[in-house]
Amino acid sequence: MSRPTAAIVGPGNIGTDLLVKLQRRGVFDVRYMVGVDPASAGLARARALGVEASADGVDWLLARPELPDFVFEATAAKPHSANAPRYAEAGIRAIDLTPAAVGPFVCPAVNLGAHADAPNINMITCGGQATIPIVHAVSRVTEVPYAEIVASISSRSAGPGTRANIDEFTETTSHAIESVGGAAKGKAIIVLNPVEPPLVMRDTVFCAISPDADRDAITESIHGMVAEVQAYVPGYRLKSDPQFDDARELWHGQARVAVFLEVEGNGDHLPPWAGNLDIMTAAAARAGELLATGAAQPKEAVSR
Amino acid sequence: MTAVRLTDTTLRDGSHAVRHQFTIPQVRAVAGALDRAGIEVIEVTHGDGLAGSSFNYGFSRVPDVELVAAAADEVTRAKIAVLLLPGVGTVADLREAVAAGARVARIATHCTEADVSIQHFGAARELGLETVGFLMLSHRNSPEGLAGQARIMADAGCQCVYVVDSAGALLPDDVTDRVTALVQELGDDAQVGFHGHQNLSLGVANSIAAYRAGARQIDGTLRALGAGAGNSPTEILVTAFDALGVESGVDSELVLAAAEEVLAPIVPRMPVADRAAIVQGRYGVYNSFLLHAEHAAERYGVPAYQILKRVGERGYVGGQEDMIIDVAIGLRGELGVKENA
Repeated sequence: MSRPTAAIVGPGNIGTDLLVKLQRRGVFDVRYMVGVDPASAGLARARALGVEASADGVDWLLARPELPDFVFEATAAKPHSANAPRYAEAGIRAIDLTPAAVGPFVCPAVNLGAHADAPNINMITCGGQATIPIVHAVSRVTEVPYAEIVASISSRSAGPGTRANIDEFTETTSHAIESVGGAAKGKAIIVLNPVEPPLVMRDTVFCAISPDADRDAITESIHGMVAEVQAYVPGYRLKSDPQFDDARELWHGQARVAVFLEVEGNGDHLPPWAGNLDIMTAAAARAGELLATGAAQPKEAVSR
Repeated sequence: MTAVRLTDTTLRDGSHAVRHQFTIPQVRAVAGALDRAGIEVIEVTHGDGLAGSSFNYGFSRVPDVELVAAAADEVTRAKIAVLLLPGVGTVADLREAVAAGARVARIATHCTEADVSIQHFGAARELGLETVGFLMLSHRNSPEGLAGQARIMADAGCQCVYVVDSAGALLPDDVTDRVTALVQELGDDAQVGFHGHQNLSLGVANSIAAYRAGARQIDGTLRALGAGAGNSPTEILVTAFDALGVESGVDSELVLAAAEEVLAPIVPRMPVADRAAIVQGRYGVYNSFLLHAEHAAERYGVPAYQILKRVGERGYVGGQEDMIIDVAIGLRGELGVKENA
């Protein structure tokens, strides 16, 4: 049986890191890398890795005699919004690593099965991939009226796309904390830190919970979820045990659980501090492989 | 046109010192008194800017838009400004603030990350707002580096770039060097401003140094109410510039009355340059971290100044309040090991 074929559109840091991962894992036959700038270092790197690469954009991709089964898009929200209908028309399934959110939000550890047949899935944001599993781990045990995440990434790992569209990060992540994480209301904050040597990606998750919520059950659920994410992001870990704070008037009478995470990358393209890049490409690779091999059996969507 | 324009941020930076619990009557009283004294710009927002209300920074008692609307309704001459930190607040939040009466957008980034503000300056100008750029923790960048960041903001539509001494860590010569570099870089493209803090008791002295180097907008707060050791006191800035013969357009007597009779009675705890705050100034730690560090100190049984020192050593920047808890947990572990040894 021949392997499913794939193209990557967007030869920047994310596209290149994804290419390294997909080639190493070997589930996909990555045939094409597509960009728009002939001088792109990413296209040159892809050629060096044996992949046919072109700076002639999606027009070139769609003119190939053999179209890929899957396209991974790592450009930006606007290009993907324009490209998505064209992929759909050509019968190519799309895994979208931009904040375009054309298709449903997918976090592999939480809800991939719910969208196993979707023609286009969206990988939310790096901060979303790191934190939404934890929000879900809490919300599957107890009601979460409000969840808030803070993602701190090194300045060097924030490319021009992230910097030009930082509002899209906070908005997309906030929505997914609700729709995928299961919080009634979500909020996302992102901070860029320029310190040298670069900081490894850090994420904090705060969930409002009832003062009498079962704290042991929440802790156990969080540990279980961290292990599930580690299955595809080995450098994903808790910095400390979940921290519970009793109810406060300033918190509208709710208690709080705080979870401190570190995401160390695999060092595939950028060094290990770029955990934000790693968790995004690892999640996309995981989702793509599960969709391609049919291993993503439909399961119940998030109940809360 | 006055020689120097003072912006009062009692109702924004001062919000940190009251844990973001300002009420509408308090905002009306302070904004009204500042307006009568002739302050031209009054900033009203959660201490961490629009949408700052959160677990991480503290929840506001009253939503920003309601406080902005109250202040805008109260004043007759002053413009109401709002702060926005990209990554925390968004253009959507800015639009709501404009609908509530905001007329000045102050967009703040870390001193090396100005390019995250480009979309917000563009939107602010489209909304017809006056724009100010805030380069936070300015001591962490060289004068030349800071000037390059100021250029990014000015090109994006910023009309005045501030050297922001968020940690109260700059000495007068450092201020002179940075303001001079920005003035040279920006020329007529944008003004230069200065926002000082009191950690090393230099807020007013640094503001005078900034003015002499060409800064034309200066921030203060009544009674120094603000993050950490507090800000340059507005009433002392007015008095000192008056003594220097520099026209600020603010009535000295009325601003002293605003500080003494309006602000002082409503604030239970005024900031002081205590051990923790001085450590912040010395190690260049973001001033808003102070109350969060005190809270974590109490929760985890470790000294606040030690938390702040480590936060400084690790180079955390504005917005990373969550790391204070992380540091406190780590310190508790280390100190616990020592106790058992």
